[in-house]
Amino acid sequence: MIEAPDLSWAALAPMLVVFGAACVGVLVEAFAPRESRHPVQVGLALVGTVGGLVATLLIAGEPDEVTAVGALAVDGPALFLQAMIAGFGALSVLLFAERALDPARSAFVVSAAVPAGSPRDRELTTVPRVQTEVYPLALFAIGGMMLFVSANDLLVMFVALEVLSLPLYLLSGMARRRRLLSQEAAVKYFLLGAFASAFFLYGLALVYGATGSVLLRDIREATTAGSGGVLLVLGLALLVVGLLFKASVAPFHSWTPDVYQGAPTPVTAFMAACTKVAAFGAILRLLYVAFGTAEWTWRPLVYAVAIASMVVGAVLGLTQTDLKRMLAYSSVAHAGFLLTGVIGLGADGGGSGLSATMFYLLTYGFTTLGAFAVLTLVRDGDGEASHLSQWAGLGARSPVTAAVMSLFLLALAGIPLTAGFTGKFAVFRAAIEQGAWPLVVVALLASAVAAFFYLRVIVLMYFSEPAADGPTVGVPGLPTTVVLAVTATATVALGILPGAVLDLARQAAIFVG
Amino acid sequence: MPAEGLLAASWLLIALPLAGAAVLLLGGRRTDRWGHLLGTATVVAAFVLAVACTVQLAGLDERAADVELFTFIATGELDVTAGLLYDPLSAVFVLLITGVGSLIHVYSIGYMAHDPARRRFFAYLNLFVAAMLLLVLGNSFVALYVGWEGVGLASYLLIAFWYTRPAAATAAKKAFIMNRVGDVGLALAIFVMFAQLGTTSYAGVFGSVGTLAGGTITAIGLLLLLGACGKSGQFPLQAWLPDAMEGPTPVSALIHAATMVTAGVYLIARSAPIYDLTPTARAVVLAVGALTLLIGAIAGCAYDDIKKVLAYSTVSQIGYMFLAVGLGPAGYVAGLAHLLAHGFFKAGLFLGAGSVMHAMDDQVDMRRFGALWKKLPITFATFGLGYLALIGFPFLSGYFTKDAIIEVALDRDDVWGWVLGGVMVLGAGLTAFYMTRLMLMTFFGRARWDEGVHPHESPSIMTAPMIVLAFGSVFAGALLVSVLPLSGWLEPVFGEPEEAAHVVAPALVGLVVTLVALAGAALAWLFVGRREVPVTAPVRVSPVTRAARHALYADAVNESLFMRPGQWLTRALVWVDNRGVDGAVNGLAAGLGGSSSRLGRVQTGFVRTYALGMLGGVVVVAGALLAVTAG
Repeated sequence: MIEAPDLSWAALAPMLVVFGAACVGVLVEAFAPRESRHPVQVGLALVGTVGGLVATLLIAGEPDEVTAVGALAVDGPALFLQAMIAGFGALSVLLFAERALDPARSAFVVSAAVPAGSPRDRELTTVPRVQTEVYPLALFAIGGMMLFVSANDLLVMFVALEVLSLPLYLLSGMARRRRLLSQEAAVKYFLLGAFASAFFLYGLALVYGATGSVLLRDIREATTAGSGGVLLVLGLALLVVGLLFKASVAPFHSWTPDVYQGAPTPVTAFMAACTKVAAFGAILRLLYVAFGTAEWTWRPLVYAVAIASMVVGAVLGLTQTDLKRMLAYSSVAHAGFLLTGVIGLGADGGGSGLSATMFYLLTYGFTTLGAFAVLTLVRDGDGEASHLSQWAGLGARSPVTAAVMSLFLLALAGIPLTAGFTGKFAVFRAAIEQGAWPLVVVALLASAVAAFFYLRVIVLMYFSEPAADGPTVGVPGLPTTVVLAVTATATVALGILPGAVLDLARQAAIFVG
Repeated sequence: MPAEGLLAASWLLIALPLAGAAVLLLGGRRTDRWGHLLGTATVVAAFVLAVACTVQLAGLDERAADVELFTFIATGELDVTAGLLYDPLSAVFVLLITGVGSLIHVYSIGYMAHDPARRRFFAYLNLFVAAMLLLVLGNSFVALYVGWEGVGLASYLLIAFWYTRPAAATAAKKAFIMNRVGDVGLALAIFVMFAQLGTTSYAGVFGSVGTLAGGTITAIGLLLLLGACGKSGQFPLQAWLPDAMEGPTPVSALIHAATMVTAGVYLIARSAPIYDLTPTARAVVLAVGALTLLIGAIAGCAYDDIKKVLAYSTVSQIGYMFLAVGLGPAGYVAGLAHLLAHGFFKAGLFLGAGSVMHAMDDQVDMRRFGALWKKLPITFATFGLGYLALIGFPFLSGYFTKDAIIEVALDRDDVWGWVLGGVMVLGAGLTAFYMTRLMLMTFFGRARWDEGVHPHESPSIMTAPMIVLAFGSVFAGALLVSVLPLSGWLEPVFGEPEEAAHVVAPALVGLVVTLVALAGAALAWLFVGRREVPVTAPVRVSPVTRAARHALYADAVNESLFMRPGQWLTRALVWVDNRGVDGAVNGLAAGLGGSSSRLGRVQTGFVRTYALGMLGGVVVVAGALLAVTAG
């Protein structure tokens, strides 16, 4: 007879709400009649994500807890990151639920199993039916991400990694239009993701071999005692690689442009915001809790990949002609900026890097969600018009859309009075405090280069003659309007009055060991 | 001390033009009919408010007013409060920006009358004024930086205003990139202050900067200087400013002559307590100023484009200001006086050039002007007064302010004082040469107009601001030096002016400079005025002229130093990203089994390519970590 582990239900409530909603969603899919499924699923997904968000806020004041036999840590950073994931998840669900933009009433394919281009597929493109399995899938992914950032145990972390990844692979392949591109993206993402997971798992095994435990706390003791040697270092390297892949850090970024481009845009927005938060949450916890006292081992590594990521993202972004690919490289560059915050963790987490990185994740999440939301509005006969040339003269045709997009692009570029500036300011400052001068110089230069391609889009929108057969700008329904309003407001508010939120991030920035 | 009365409302100075920009940008076509009037009204209102604020400031015992707005970032040890500082230094700039800004807004009503995008133009101009006011009114380096980026953005938008011209788009890009180089310097300086002092407010930084090590202070000084060089078009970042003349002429007058490009001088003057502690950085400021002064003046001699000549003149004159503020306490006031006087006469010269272009169907080539003085009498008179002020004609503005800088340099009473003084006198001669050349080619000689051009004087809405600025060109210098002395006004900022024992009597300096300027003007007449001006520029010219025509090859240097390596890096990365790894896979496969051709036909080879890239990354990462641990 095995004793049931002691679980703190209250501390787990946010994840339970999300996973619970996901399970109910599966049942709805099986038993509810087809016509009522869409509203029910959307409502359920919103209840799950918003419920998760509310639950994190409710338990935010409670003392930190390590529960489930030490496997889960519900502490300040975990709750802050979970709240972000649930919140961004709710916004993404709203983007999923948009029905006013596409003439086919949804961004998702009706039946993913029908071969692309087959007669049945052509028949289905005009059918007003919509795909509803995406909502439980998204909920599972969100739940996995929330588990990921509070995992205090490498095995749980691995399980969470898979729970969050598998739905994402599926979601990537479900675009209603350009299905081959979407399916190719899904397969690529899956293969490379599996490859990265294997690295993570192997690293886990090596670390276990070196320390005899998968609990982060025990690993910390082993590293502090100086035992472990080569096995431990190699294990750390492989674990970090697995996480850097999810965070799309160069040189593990190669999937990002293809998948961002191929996946349905609401899914891309979801990945760009939530996956980034989850991956960095895990990186921070791993490096802070398990390897915080061995800061000198990972510091050169993070230093190098941060530079590589910023340079690759900024420079390759220059040559992109597709907006989704451009934003993908932007995401690679931003991963590099985030890593400067990770450098700011300092020895044994003594720096302000943790709160800075969490704040940056918040600003970047809002901005990138907003930018992708705008992308869904601009369309031509073949779905979204994401080629740069199609955006020429958009300012004249649709001033509000162009203005909102400009706001997000300026924020991505880090222009003052937008959230992007305060976020960058925070992480660069944290890195400087740890003496990472050269890194910040590279970061400033990279952001200067990157600013150029963001501004190019603005110039294109305002200073070019509109093409004769240009795209149309759809009138968004309520869900996308809400997303745009929330993200734009947050981007401005966090740029002008970031004080309260920065303070919150600082208060939350203590990991329980 | 905390601001009271009108000064407490000085945030309105920024809010007014900002609101104007917002209404015009968001209002869309509905505001087309009255947008330009609103845009002008907000700036004029700001000017009136600025005058009232300054009058109140003059009556205070302690001439400085803090206006706390809100807490920008406050967490633990990091505390950035957004606030304004209205002190004599910022007051001077606020008056210049809103005053000259108002005139140029009025002028633009006429100049842009036939442009379909006039409303957008005024929106950007308002945006610029708001950002520029924030730059000079902010009470911390972060606030300054916010304004700094804002004016950069507005400048970019306005240079590219006529975006259908490829040259305008290229110029805007160039300005943007070269400014970013400078901005990186400024941002780094701010981060150093944070890391070392924990604050960026002027009061906090200047209060504790003395506790830092000498090397750190010098580093801050040099980084700030890099930022200043970018914004003010100083060596080695000067090449963007002449190209920026692709923007509409009122923009050149306001942004690229009178206000934004002097932000670098403001930055250095504002940071005086830092530079007081670092002779090294100050020496570099001197060197930059002296070098730029000559580069600008030499390049100005060779161009045929009227706006480019004026632009190089601006580069050169800001060189004078840099040199002045590099000279130390006595130089700050002299530099700022020259800045104000220059703001008047250079804005007037640009507006005059705009009036000439207006008359000549937007022609800018001086070889196609000539004999315009009869056709454009008001333009000629106002332009002529600006010209005389610029070359330092006795008792006009430039005479007082430029000579003051030379005197301060000579007062150093060492070898460098003489060298710098000599450079400035030489610069004065060159200035007289190129400006006289410009006058002769534009207003005198035979008419070399294009066919079908019928020059006519501009409407009074354009000439009125030119007349006002001409008054400034004539009287500003005397006013600032003797009637309402700037040194007394700025005393709370820079300390009491020392009564310097002049090494050389000011009258003698004035005489020498005047004579050299006359010599330059005479040379110009000898080379240009006496003979017929060819309509196309002669090709066979001396190497000196050729070098000057290429602005001493600044672009070539920039290209080979920065652009080419950048392009190579981009190409190399793209190549690696697209083909390099793929090629490596194929090469590897060929080496292993001789099956590259078969692999080449496999269509879905990309995932494997990516995977190989990742594997490479893993090997490097693991190897590096092991190396670190072992080492």
